[in-house]
Amino acid sequence: MSGVDPVLGYALEVNGTRRHVTGSWLGESLLDVLRDRLGLSGAKGACEQGECGSCSVLVDGELVCSCLVLAAATVGSKILTVESFGQPGELSDVQQAFVDCGAVQCGFCTPGLIVTVHDLLDDDPDPDESAIREALAGNLCRCTGYGRIIDAVNQVSIRRRGDAAVTP
Amino acid sequence: MSAADQAVRAPRVGASAPRPDGGPKAQGRFAFSSDLVADGMLWGHTVRSPHARARIVSVDTTAARALVGVHAVLTSLDVPGRPTFGLEFADQPVLAADEVRYQGEAVAVVAAVDAETARRAAEAVRVEYELIDPLTDAEAAIIAAPIHPDGNVVRHLVIRHGDPVPDDPTLDGLVSVEGTYTVGMQDQAPLGTEAGLALPADDGGVDLFVSTQWLHVDRDQVAASLGLAPDLVRLTLGGVGGAFGAREDCSLQIHLCLLALATGRPVKMVYDRTESFVGHVHRHPAVMTYRHWAHPDGTIERVDARLVLDGGAYASSSAAVIANAACFAAGPYRVPHAIIDGWVVRTNNPPCGAMRGFGAVQTCFAHEAQMDLLAEALGMDPVQLRLHNALEPGDQILTGQVITGTAPVAEVIRTCAEAPLHDDTDNDNGAGVYALPGGAGRTTDRGDVRRGTALAVGFKNLMFSEGFDDFSTARVRIENGLVTVTCACAEVGQGFVTLAQQIVRETLGVDQVALAPADTSIGSAGSTSASRQTWMSGGAVLAASEAVRARIADAAGTDDIDAPEFVEALRFGTWDELVEHHHAPTVALDANGQGNAHVSFAFAAHRATVDVDVELGLVKLVDLVTSQDVGRQLNPLQLLGQLEGGTVQGVGLALMEEIVVVDGRVMNASFTDYLIPTIADVCDLRVAAIIEQPEPGAPFGAKGVGEAPTIPSTAAVVAAVRAATGLALPRTPVRPSDIALGERS
Repeated sequence: MSGVDPVLGYALEVNGTRRHVTGSWLGESLLDVLRDRLGLSGAKGACEQGECGSCSVLVDGELVCSCLVLAAATVGSKILTVESFGQPGELSDVQQAFVDCGAVQCGFCTPGLIVTVHDLLDDDPDPDESAIREALAGNLCRCTGYGRIIDAVNQVSIRRRGDAAVTP
Repeated sequence: MSAADQAVRAPRVGASAPRPDGGPKAQGRFAFSSDLVADGMLWGHTVRSPHARARIVSVDTTAARALVGVHAVLTSLDVPGRPTFGLEFADQPVLAADEVRYQGEAVAVVAAVDAETARRAAEAVRVEYELIDPLTDAEAAIIAAPIHPDGNVVRHLVIRHGDPVPDDPTLDGLVSVEGTYTVGMQDQAPLGTEAGLALPADDGGVDLFVSTQWLHVDRDQVAASLGLAPDLVRLTLGGVGGAFGAREDCSLQIHLCLLALATGRPVKMVYDRTESFVGHVHRHPAVMTYRHWAHPDGTIERVDARLVLDGGAYASSSAAVIANAACFAAGPYRVPHAIIDGWVVRTNNPPCGAMRGFGAVQTCFAHEAQMDLLAEALGMDPVQLRLHNALEPGDQILTGQVITGTAPVAEVIRTCAEAPLHDDTDNDNGAGVYALPGGAGRTTDRGDVRRGTALAVGFKNLMFSEGFDDFSTARVRIENGLVTVTCACAEVGQGFVTLAQQIVRETLGVDQVALAPADTSIGSAGSTSASRQTWMSGGAVLAASEAVRARIADAAGTDDIDAPEFVEALRFGTWDELVEHHHAPTVALDANGQGNAHVSFAFAAHRATVDVDVELGLVKLVDLVTSQDVGRQLNPLQLLGQLEGGTVQGVGLALMEEIVVVDGRVMNASFTDYLIPTIADVCDLRVAAIIEQPEPGAPFGAKGVGEAPTIPSTAAVVAAVRAATGLALPRTPVRPSDIALGERS
């Protein structure tokens, strides 16, 4: 893997910032590097095998489970984590809708869902219910039963279309 | 107050206030226990038994200790205080000494510089085992040689209600149905696994940040096993990634504190999913044999049942689980005579304890199947049969306790049953074949699809029962106009933090309410379980707020929270009240299982509609309807979240969720192999009715709402599959082979 030196480490572009990774062993997952070496704990580990989506991030615009991606293999890629959406105290439209619609309970699955829903709505601004269910089928939530999550996605979709309608 | 003031007023009781931790959680900035770090922190790991039952011949830690970066390897010899722990009985070794009794039992713990080194050190601990045949059959365990010094029977509870004459000849002329029902072992599967961070303190004590349901009972168990005074063990709630019963028992709490004190360094531990499956208790598997007798008009005369719950290797909360299973064994119906023979036993299977619904889920699956059989035998409509026998205030439950509070059983049944059936014209939603049982796999032939609809009803107690002195503690302090609530109630996602703010706003007329961290610096709030925190900690916060309000009213000369004198006094005074709130006392059950053991009850009904591919055994949920008795809604949005989330956990137990245990070994300890419902597996939940009849004694009349949705949902979904297929399906979860290869009833 080019740009990866076992001793000197490597650099990742995370949320628009170049971050140097040292001390990482070459087989380390992107999830563990983000959480334990870069202090970005937004992505959560809950299954370690790509079943639950809690660790979802975008790598070059592609939605991935960061637990299944080798960190060293993302050198040269643009990585976006949940921390890239909104600012501290200033929520993105998806984050705000999750709070307003009651889509957050324990919140452990929420960061992964936020990344996934941003990805969905960027691709398909007006998803019908089956498209929402298909897009979110890789994100397990144990608290909500998913009803308020669908509500939140619909609310953002409607609002964005409303905003688009008044924007020349 | 002007209209403008009203418009910006922060939401009070009855409004859908947003949760205060919602923003940070949605941004990934909320600190769960697994996110915590400290300078100089080590990582812990647990050495676990690969065997369901074995004698420990030796434990050799030499190789593990020799690894670079390893700071401690601890075994049972390193536990300075009480060698055992447990929620009700201290019967489980902190670290196994002579024998392991289930696969996954902790034998040693290590601490090392990083997680990977800790994992390798754990692998390097050499444990020599001498295998013993595991006892894995709960029925056999009743009379088998004991696997534990305390014996195999954790509790045998017999309820004799009315005048249940054995082999009563007067029953001969009645309509009778019988059946044996089985419930598999369900996992709570909270998304956050067990995690915590322990820090040694200068005073010789320890500070533990941990995700748990009950800080104080953890504190007491940690202190006992560390041999420390309780005040030297201080617990603070770390962000909790769901609980559902999985965090009521200690998992890594004692281990972390042992390691922190042994190393003098902060120690963090996070279970991976596989370890989590053996690191916490599960829902008890149950085998339940029932017989019902009813008069030709449908009036139930008698119910006999024998319940055998598998508690696994250690007691946990088994004694309370079997009490619930037995007390609510006949469902929310008038039953003049009953004998309920309840057993919960030790085996070498994984330990079982609390999970949402707590015993009532298992018996609801059985009693509702019986009610459907009875309706069929009587030639009666199953909803009419339920309505005919529905409990009302003034009726007795099986324990002889007269219901003095609200019991809108007929209302939840009627409203749920009367909801219009699913309208297929907007079923597909453009999904086409995706909406069939085979889903995206496109395996289902439309000609093989059968539809079924069925209804189920269930109930359980709220809060702790059988004479337990159940209380919560809350403090409300106002200084410089800033209102702060302190309560050790564990927020696990249910939304207590939101309700606490709403209650204080309602009582004191303020908008801004700060919440202090939940920790052991204040008295216990009790457990976040048993649908109890709205009543108990909500009640404590209400009582503390009212105490503050009374003091302010004295000073201001008015009790009107909107009066300028009151607002002024509140803002410029310092007010501080701490209240311990107890619910009405209960008593233990007597030798016949009779007595006023419970405080209050909540009732719920579900109606499920399913499409079943009878050739492939696949089930598609088409529609779910519910009605629930809630006393009073405090936050409609959070209530809806509890109804939806609880219902889907019940759906999981109906259709997919089971820990498969073979010879005491868990075969599917991962989210690849243990399936929980995804968003593609479920349908919308339609709420037919929220029944609001204020419950006497409850804060604002509100009943706890968390568990009731999980109780009848399983029974309703399986009954709908029965209705679609004509199969008996006496076991849940229903597996595809049960349908495709099943025998018609």
